[in-house]
Amino acid sequence: MDMAGEEMVVGGMFMPQQTVGSVLCCMCGVSMQPNAANMCVRCLRSQSDITEGLEKHVILHYCTECNCYLQPPKTWIRASLESKELLTICIKRLKKLSRLRLVHAEFVWTEPHSKRIKVKLRVQKEVLNGAILEQSYIVEYVQVDKMCESCSRAQANPDQWSAVVQLRQHVPHRRTFFYLEQVILKHDAAARSIKITQMDRGIDFFFGHRSHASNFKDFLGQVVPIRSRDDKQLVSHDTKSNNYNYKHTFSVEICPICREDLVCLPHKVSARLGNIGPLVLCTKVSNRLLLLDPVSLRTAYMDAEQYWWSPFKSLLSCRQLVEYIVLDIEASGSAITIEGTKYSLAEAQVARVSDFGKNDLIFNVRTHLGHLLNPGDYALGYDLYGANSNDFELDNYRNLFIPDVLLVKKSYEEQRKGRRMKPRAWKLKSMDMEVEETAARNRAEKDKRDMEYEAFLRDLEENPELRFNISLYQNKEYHPSETVSTVGADDIPSVPLEELLADLELSDDEEGGSGSGANEMME
Amino acid sequence: MATRFYEEGVLTCGFCSVFESELADTIPVVKTSIAGTRIIGRLCAGNKKGLLLPHNTTDQELQHLRNSLPDGVVVQRIEERLSALGNCIACNDHVALTHTDLDKETEELIADVLGVEVFRQTIAGNILVGSYCTFSNLGGLVHPHTSIEDLDELSTLLQVPLVAGTVNRGSEVIAAGMTVNDWTAFCGADTTATELSVIESVFKLREAQPMAIVDEMRKSLIDSYI
Repeated sequence: MDMAGEEMVVGGMFMPQQTVGSVLCCMCGVSMQPNAANMCVRCLRSQSDITEGLEKHVILHYCTECNCYLQPPKTWIRASLESKELLTICIKRLKKLSRLRLVHAEFVWTEPHSKRIKVKLRVQKEVLNGAILEQSYIVEYVQVDKMCESCSRAQANPDQWSAVVQLRQHVPHRRTFFYLEQVILKHDAAARSIKITQMDRGIDFFFGHRSHASNFKDFLGQVVPIRSRDDKQLVSHDTKSNNYNYKHTFSVEICPICREDLVCLPHKVSARLGNIGPLVLCTKVSNRLLLLDPVSLRTAYMDAEQYWWSPFKSLLSCRQLVEYIVLDIEASGSAITIEGTKYSLAEAQVARVSDFGKNDLIFNVRTHLGHLLNPGDYALGYDLYGANSNDFELDNYRNLFIPDVLLVKKSYEEQRKGRRMKPRAWKLKSMDMEVEETAARNRAEKDKRDMEYEAFLRDLEENPELRFNISLYQNKEYHPSETVSTVGADDIPSVPLEELLADLELSDDEEGGSGSGANEMME
Repeated sequence: MATRFYEEGVLTCGFCSVFESELADTIPVVKTSIAGTRIIGRLCAGNKKGLLLPHNTTDQELQHLRNSLPDGVVVQRIEERLSALGNCIACNDHVALTHTDLDKETEELIADVLGVEVFRQTIAGNILVGSYCTFSNLGGLVHPHTSIEDLDELSTLLQVPLVAGTVNRGSEVIAAGMTVNDWTAFCGADTTATELSVIESVFKLREAQPMAIVDEMRKSLIDSYI
């Protein structure tokens, strides 16, 4: 075939040769090849500027501490000058660019200390009857120094707080705070606090702003029954500009009734709750109390408002629990379920473990743990027979039948005896708390704290309901050894492995690579 | 353009005052509709010998046109599936380019009524020849993308010089933007000076004398009258 000839054969079809002619530009009359707009490029440019309305000056927030750039709304990405990551950040800031097609982007060199970054962009857009115009323009970015959140938290002076939440519970143990610590950690509620200090019977949370403290207070209100008041103290003021500086104090008091506490309800409260009790066990504490009458299995809820309307104290609390051995048990009712927990009434014959083998003191009691206890089991209960209570509420009731014993829960002490200090398969995180100096020095105080913490961990193991609101993590140091696990380990409740979370640990080099996820931009 | 414009008269609708002010003293301006629409330029095709109307033209319109046009102009309604005849046929007084899919009968009718040679053609790959080119007996303007080979072929067929060009600031739909006879052209308002100069030069409008012959006649008439 003669390629130089006037026609060609393409795929068996006769195709005459086509020479592109020239037309005059409709605006300026320059001879040119015809295009979609039939206008020469220069006229097309003068007719329409496709970069019109695009951002040409943009502010970039830059953290000088960690060399990070802010990618709105909240992400901080580490990037060096003239890097791919920085180009990505720069281009993502141009919101109006999405209307055009970006063809090319590159940095124009600027002095590093000039705090200016220039990016040259080449964009395409359709103009006039489908003619596509390409144009390049320069965007100037101004670096504005702004400390990123993590740096500002690290740099913040912990003594420069402007609001404090003083969380207190007037009980002799810290169980509630151990639990609360885990809930706060799980919800990251205290992330904005500057400083956390452990105080006697409470914790102080310091915040930089009043609103952060107020938020935190609201969070606490959803988790535990609280009562709070806030006060402010004038620190300084400027009469000319009408600025006032205050320090705000939120005094938050947690209701002193804890889980497993025995309460003698005042007349009025008992009447309002439908003549329940008056001797009731508190079985659950969330933002309200769940009270259970162990003799009749009646329950009642009490929210914080109701409680603080007519506050009462607990008659006996978990530290006064006494261990009993169950000699005989006879069910006297079918099982019922309250809030996911099963209870059934039973008549039990129990004896104090401390009396065992010394005298023949046996108590016949009615208990709500009929489904859990078997003859020979150990149980913890309140010894009302031996208790020397000076509760006014109890004295107010005349002719009140007070049982000798109120069993509260099954005890696993006996099974645990052989296996002291065995490491657990799980662990908890802890808040970064400063400890009051006097408390830190006192050795007895520390031992007591450790004991309470251990009791709290056991509580978690025994009560799946408690674990519901907190995060347990896998303990990497734990290696299950076969010899231990075979020795009657079936009885002791433990945390199923599938409930545990893998702990996330970030090392420095991993953190450095975190910016690489954002460089899909130019490819 | 909603207008058909040739030697014997102008069919117009809509903006007839423009044509009346320019042409009224030279040729009659006829106001009409075709098939009830105002887009008459796209629906009919004609020259000095005849006028072709689409099948959906009403009897009244046909009668009105027959009454308005001189007796020498044959007005014919044709049964053709493609009813926008203005888009399918481009013609001057001697040659016609037509849509490639027109019926054989239509082609014969075009040749008979308009007294032209008929060629089935495309212009720069577009089959709507009536839309993408316009030519008079003196010159023609075609789609800007027409290749040089096509231009040569078309001007050989038409026996008039052709130029690739645009109207209405770069629009390539030539016939929709202008209408022309041997001495005047009307263009859309967007047409630029460059485009106007191209049109003027290719249709030889600069040296055209609208009433060259009539002026001669009038002179002699006035002489005799006096």
